[in-house]
Amino acid sequence: MSVIEHDGLLYQGADWDFGTIQRIHDAVEAIGVGELGLDVYPNQIEVITAEQMLDAYASIGMPLFYKHWSFGKRFAMHESSYRQGLMGLAYEIVINSNPCISYIMEENSATMQTLVIAHAAFGHNHFFKNNYLFKEWTDADGILDYLEFAKGYITRCEERYGHAAVERVLDAAHALMSHGVHRYPRKKRPDLRSEERREEERHRHQEETFNDLWRTVPTKGAAAKPQLSEERRRALLELPQENILYFLEKSAPRLQPWQREILRIVRQIAQYFYPQRQTKVMNEGCATYCHYRIMTRLHETGQISDGAFLEFLQSHTNVTRQPQFDDPHYGGINPYALGFGMMQDIERICTEPTAEDRDWFPDIAGRGDAMAVLRDVWANYRDESFISQFLSPHLIRQWRMFHLVDDPEQPELLIEAIHDERGYRRLRRSLSRHYDVGWSDPDIQVIDVDLAGDRRLILHHHVLNRTLLHKDDAQRVLQMVANLWGYAVVLKEVEPATGAIFQEHVAHPHETLF
Amino acid sequence: MYIIDRRLNPGGKSLANRQRFLRRAKAQIQRAVRQTAGDRDITDLERGGEVSIPADGVREPSFRRSGEGGVHDHILPGNKRFVEGDTVDRPPGGGGSAAGGDNGEGEDDFRFVLTRDEFLDLFLDDLELPDLAKRRVATVETQGLRRAGYTVTGSPVNLALLRSMRNALSRRIAMRRPKPEELLRLQEEIALLEKEEETSERLLELRQKLEHLEARTKRFPYIDPIDLRYRRFEPVSRPVAQAVMFCLMDVSGSMTEHMKDLAKRFYMLLYIFLTRRYKHVEIVFIRHTHEAKEVDEETFFNSPETGGTVVSSALREMQRIVEERYSPDAWNIYAAQASDGDNSPNDGTTSAALLRDVILPVCQYYAYLEVGSDSDRMQTGFINHKTSLWQTYETLQEQGANLAMRKVNHRREIYPVFRELFRRRDAEAGARVP
Repeated sequence: MSVIEHDGLLYQGADWDFGTIQRIHDAVEAIGVGELGLDVYPNQIEVITAEQMLDAYASIGMPLFYKHWSFGKRFAMHESSYRQGLMGLAYEIVINSNPCISYIMEENSATMQTLVIAHAAFGHNHFFKNNYLFKEWTDADGILDYLEFAKGYITRCEERYGHAAVERVLDAAHALMSHGVHRYPRKKRPDLRSEERREEERHRHQEETFNDLWRTVPTKGAAAKPQLSEERRRALLELPQENILYFLEKSAPRLQPWQREILRIVRQIAQYFYPQRQTKVMNEGCATYCHYRIMTRLHETGQISDGAFLEFLQSHTNVTRQPQFDDPHYGGINPYALGFGMMQDIERICTEPTAEDRDWFPDIAGRGDAMAVLRDVWANYRDESFISQFLSPHLIRQWRMFHLVDDPEQPELLIEAIHDERGYRRLRRSLSRHYDVGWSDPDIQVIDVDLAGDRRLILHHHVLNRTLLHKDDAQRVLQMVANLWGYAVVLKEVEPATGAIFQEHVAHPHETLF
Repeated sequence: MYIIDRRLNPGGKSLANRQRFLRRAKAQIQRAVRQTAGDRDITDLERGGEVSIPADGVREPSFRRSGEGGVHDHILPGNKRFVEGDTVDRPPGGGGSAAGGDNGEGEDDFRFVLTRDEFLDLFLDDLELPDLAKRRVATVETQGLRRAGYTVTGSPVNLALLRSMRNALSRRIAMRRPKPEELLRLQEEIALLEKEEETSERLLELRQKLEHLEARTKRFPYIDPIDLRYRRFEPVSRPVAQAVMFCLMDVSGSMTEHMKDLAKRFYMLLYIFLTRRYKHVEIVFIRHTHEAKEVDEETFFNSPETGGTVVSSALREMQRIVEERYSPDAWNIYAAQASDGDNSPNDGTTSAALLRDVILPVCQYYAYLEVGSDSDRMQTGFINHKTSLWQTYETLQEQGANLAMRKVNHRREIYPVFRELFRRRDAEAGARVP
């Protein structure tokens, strides 16, 4: 029926080589940068095997990482389910660094490589470079160097202080990782390169100024310290403090310098990943939308064959499938599906708005240039604000969303809102709150400590919706906090409105541990 | 854009993490391995395989909300019939949420695959071969050769080419032997001048120089006997890394299939254990009734035989084989005997003497495993029933013979008995030191 044009195609069949990858990249770049106006870091594409992909999985996708048993556990888990065929591997992993590194698997077909390059090397890459959270919190230029430093530092600590001692600090730090981020910008921006330099300087200074004589100088005895007001004391310690790792690193009285540095390393890494947790829907939505546009364009311009396009569509629809709530495969809302759906919806609002859209989105309805709007959205929002701004009634109806409330004091579950005029705003508000990490992570803060007295550290968990902490886990983590702190620690679960205390956990340090 | 091919990078980046993980969960994994080993056919032990340990031991706790209690809400897609204000029965199962939205990690067991080596290492971790030290010092040695630098004399096969050529090169440089290019250049220049057919001073000078250089080339050869180096070897004595394992079994009519199965399991364990410690392990199967014979494995375990029971015949057969093929100087000898304990009454003294004077002195280890039927395990302990062979060996042991003996009635006792026999001597002492 149709004559296949060999000259226009980027590749034929499933096979590829490095020349093909280069051609694909250039063609994708022409569309992504030229037509969609994406702004990306230079790309570095690395071809890896399935084994190496499993390796990368184990270390949270980073190409190099310090050593810890939990990564070994993750590897064993992934490996065993992969070998049994329970789990497929991702087609790609992309790292927020400059140059932007994308791993692609060797067994992907040429079409899959095209998809992966469009998705990761352009979609994610653009998002990493432009989104305000990534700009504020991550340092794409320095991250690989910093990880190199972290790996080396922890190895040296292991050599000097033993595996067990380092492992204990890392265990505790990992347990507190979700409470080791600054949620609001502080005065100084983190710059990972200078972090590394600073630690070296500190060490050198210590060695240069070391003088054993100081040890022999008699001290005056405890001078009577002026009594600080409680308020002043707490201000000096920067209390209340929700970054528990930061607080321990700065104020724990009994930690060695190397232990503080390890807490710092884990904290920096947690902070680096913090934006990713807040932009899952947007990040995937952006990448999926980009690859969809680019692949479609490649097909329109005759650069990929009909067969390849069908292959692409099949994996695209797999990725963006959203099972309904009563489907046995339902596992929560698929961020790819929601993100892609919303991006397409925004495009629709820009180009073919209905009267309803004009009411709801007067700023963008009928603007015409959908890419400009999307680029602006990608740069300036995170999941929570993105959904609360741009989830349209049209999409709510299309998904037939409803809001279900489970109050244990009621005998039955309640349908709070559905996709109708009364429900749109309430649905949108509740959904956006689900993506607010400030809302989904338990709010735990260091409230007070009497450094002059018994040094007991007091933490508060501000209970939300009467949901307490997982008791067993809380006790374990608290034990680790106590070990780092060196004195007793108490965690109170408090109802913020009334100040009523639901529960109290107490932990005392194991003297022998540190 | 760069494309980098990482496929050839060395794999096993996670190896260090894996070792840390195994070390962390060692106690639990070891328990799991033992359990697996109990369920499994002993012939499968070599394979390694999947084990599962309680997730609790390798849990990574964090501050997280519990799934129970409190108000939870869900936004779900796919509404079909609900309107606002409807109430819905709680789904059964007590999960409390229609969506299964509680994302707490499962408390299930944690399953993963151990490699064969990891499996066996854990399986045989605190076992040790008895009396290895004594033998190693005394006789377990053999002669071998080891590289030991270079020498100026030797046979041509041992010529160290690289070293010789290096010496030649440095000698040529030191002696300023003219380089071939240098000669070539001179010759060309001379040829050029000769073509002009003028006997200039320059030509003469060049000819003289060439002559001088050629003489020098001849005087300092390209390679000289003085350059030659040979690889030197020196004899060393090495500990013997080979063992032979004698399996002795009574196959008279009184031995049931069940008893043979027990014996087989014990032999398998011993074999695996020995292969972990020695490079090369050979097995000799000797079965006996009133007369003994060396047989292959198949016959040993399967083919039926009838006759009386004379243990000394097997010991004599073993003695013969040791003398013929396995000199104690070169081999580590292990023997395991399985029997239901019957022996003909007049053979006791002969067996005891043979064992004490001939067999035990050449053996590293001699284990006697008395296999009983499944049903008489209740009796042991209550009734002081000792078989004739047991009595014989017990007397030997009391006299200080180096002999280990255990009684086994059931399959699941095999492994504990095996562990007990090969337990590391200092295990208890080591446990106390942190």
